[in-house]
Amino acid sequence: MNEQIGIALIITGLLFDFFGCLGLVRFPDVYTRLQASAKCVTLGTCGILLGLVFIKGFTATGIKALLCMSFIIVTAPVSAHALARSSYRAGVKPCDGMVVDKYSEDIKG
Amino acid sequence: MDMKRIRYAIGAVVILLVAGMIIFMPMPSMLKWQSEFLARSFMGLLFSAVLCLWRILKGPTPADRAVAIDMLGILIVGFCAILTISTDRDWYIDISIAWALQSFIGIMALAKYMEGKDFDE
Repeated sequence: MNEQIGIALIITGLLFDFFGCLGLVRFPDVYTRLQASAKCVTLGTCGILLGLVFIKGFTATGIKALLCMSFIIVTAPVSAHALARSSYRAGVKPCDGMVVDKYSEDIKG
Repeated sequence: MDMKRIRYAIGAVVILLVAGMIIFMPMPSMLKWQSEFLARSFMGLLFSAVLCLWRILKGPTPADRAVAIDMLGILIVGFCAILTISTDRDWYIDISIAWALQSFIGIMALAKYMEGKDFDE
């Protein structure tokens, strides 16, 4: 039973990783690409690691996988935020269909 | 407009071909894989990594390349997790922890560098 749950989680993770990479290729500018790639961390790679925990059980390997998962969940939004902020400050233009830009008011005011 | 549709069709055909190849083709035995399913999932992750490499090659600004490098580091953690299951060697998960840490530090340094600041701020 545990192995079937683990395999289903691994398939979910693979699909989410693939859709994240597809968004990385297809989206028009840096910020939307960042959104796609930061979404696919949470259910993609963490899904694969959770499947590993279900297959291996609570051995040393499973606990290390849980540790790695919590570390990734904490650090991925931080690095995505840092990349978005630095690319805005470096002067990368958003795409043409942009609706609102609050961060420019923040920088001026 | 017509050119755009032709490009969509080419992309959809390539993705369907690769997905069919991963699902239906018999896999070669590379290492001693425990099961067929894990070899196929490894191939799927490799296809995602190829898409990331294409973005690194073609990205118009340095920020695009930094985003793709971040994504590639996360994918390598997934590779190590799948290798842990399929080869039954437990030290691959240690590699994945170390890789996640090192990738985070590298991306923070890249962000600081793109912003044009010193590293001690």
